[in-house]
Amino acid sequence: MQQLNYLKETPSQTAGPYVHIGLAPGAAGFEIYRQELGWDIAGPNAEGERIRVEGLVVDGAGSPIKDVLLEAWQANARGVYAHPEGGGDVEDGFRGWGRVITNFETGEWAFDTVKPGPTPGRNVGQQAPHINLWVVARGINVGLNTRIYFEDEAEANSKDPVLNLIEWERRRATLLAKRNNRDGQVVYRFDIKIQGEDETVFFDI
Amino acid sequence: MLKQGEFYQRDREWHPPALTPDYKTSVTRSPQYSLISLQNSISEVTGPVFGHNDVDPLDNDLISNYAQPGESPIGERIILHGRVLDENGRAVPNTLVEIWQANAGGRYRHKKDTYLAPIDPNFGGCGRTLTDENGYYFFRTVKPGAYPWRNWVNSWRPAHIHMSIFGTGFAQRLITQCYFEGDPLIDRCPIVKTIPDADAISRLISRLDMNSTIPLDTIAYKLDVVLRGRRSTLFENRLEGN
Ligand SMILES: [Fe+3]
Repeated sequence: MQQLNYLKETPSQTAGPYVHIGLAPGAAGFEIYRQELGWDIAGPNAEGERIRVEGLVVDGAGSPIKDVLLEAWQANARGVYAHPEGGGDVEDGFRGWGRVITNFETGEWAFDTVKPGPTPGRNVGQQAPHINLWVVARGINVGLNTRIYFEDEAEANSKDPVLNLIEWERRRATLLAKRNNRDGQVVYRFDIKIQGEDETVFFDI
Repeated sequence: MLKQGEFYQRDREWHPPALTPDYKTSVTRSPQYSLISLQNSISEVTGPVFGHNDVDPLDNDLISNYAQPGESPIGERIILHGRVLDENGRAVPNTLVEIWQANAGGRYRHKKDTYLAPIDPNFGGCGRTLTDENGYYFFRTVKPGAYPWRNWVNSWRPAHIHMSIFGTGFAQRLITQCYFEGDPLIDRCPIVKTIPDADAISRLISRLDMNSTIPLDTIAYKLDVVLRGRRSTLFENRLEGN
């Protein structure tokens, strides 16, 4: 029999407790690079509504995880990703990618961006506005993928092909960020529960 | 809608499972529900693009990127190099590779690291680079030391360098660790052994590479990294006449 000469993907290993040294050294307290990557998702020229997204990542014992790192990947307000296959051009300075770590004392994380627009579905229709998230930390062997949707997009959410794959309404609700206003700024709350009651939906993408 | 095909499914039996009780921290940090499998959409096949404005040429030299002028870190001087490929064996050019590690004594420059070994004033412990047009990357650094950690009372991590790789789509995002040929701690490490397959573990062990060693100067280790491959679009069933 002939061989199928595919290579195997390199296996994942946990990011460990010191992931900040490598991926966010400035935020971890030491200056080494001229510029840190991923601190500005939308840039100064992005159209659309400016929002903040914040939350906690909570473990199975109910404690906030304080050594977590999150990466966000999103389209701009017109639903275009900053990528050759992203569907078009984006504003100068819009990258759509960000990296955040938690406050080491409280476990709170937050990032500022613009609200993304709807993006094309896989074959037909549209996906509701969402931000793709990747979560790594000590104790997480393979980075966890999830999506932030927006509770105030009920109409679009009801037609979203990914949300509709989740048959349990209560689990679907774990992907909806709650909209608030604070000092004139739009703030969405998105707590991630890694394990246990109301565990966040994670995807194998 | 997709110009290129989607990524090959990740082989979840090759990667470590989420719950690996001998690595104790995973017990409360492993989801209990199954992952929900998604076919790739534009959100997964696209991902951030980096360029030469994002990194400086010396960012890949951990021997000099934090050292005082005229000084250098203590330890065995090494080159870590290799290629980033996909499962089709194609080079992944221009992709961001980031590394972080302990110093030669096994100590991280991190306020949470309280190991007895000293901080090295000339060693920061992180580096980054873009692969070239052939998917090739290289770093210069010092070989990290083994260090103890609280898992079992007497658990020691083998010497390792943490690696983060992007690829061309968000679904290829990968963090892993690079070990060194011949280290007796590899077989004892509960984090290494989260990976169920011995052949899979061997893909993380860099090999001594005398051909790339610089005589009288720096010893070389080689590790190739493989990211998920992409299907060619052959026959696509399109839904609802789209
Ligand atoms: Fe480590």
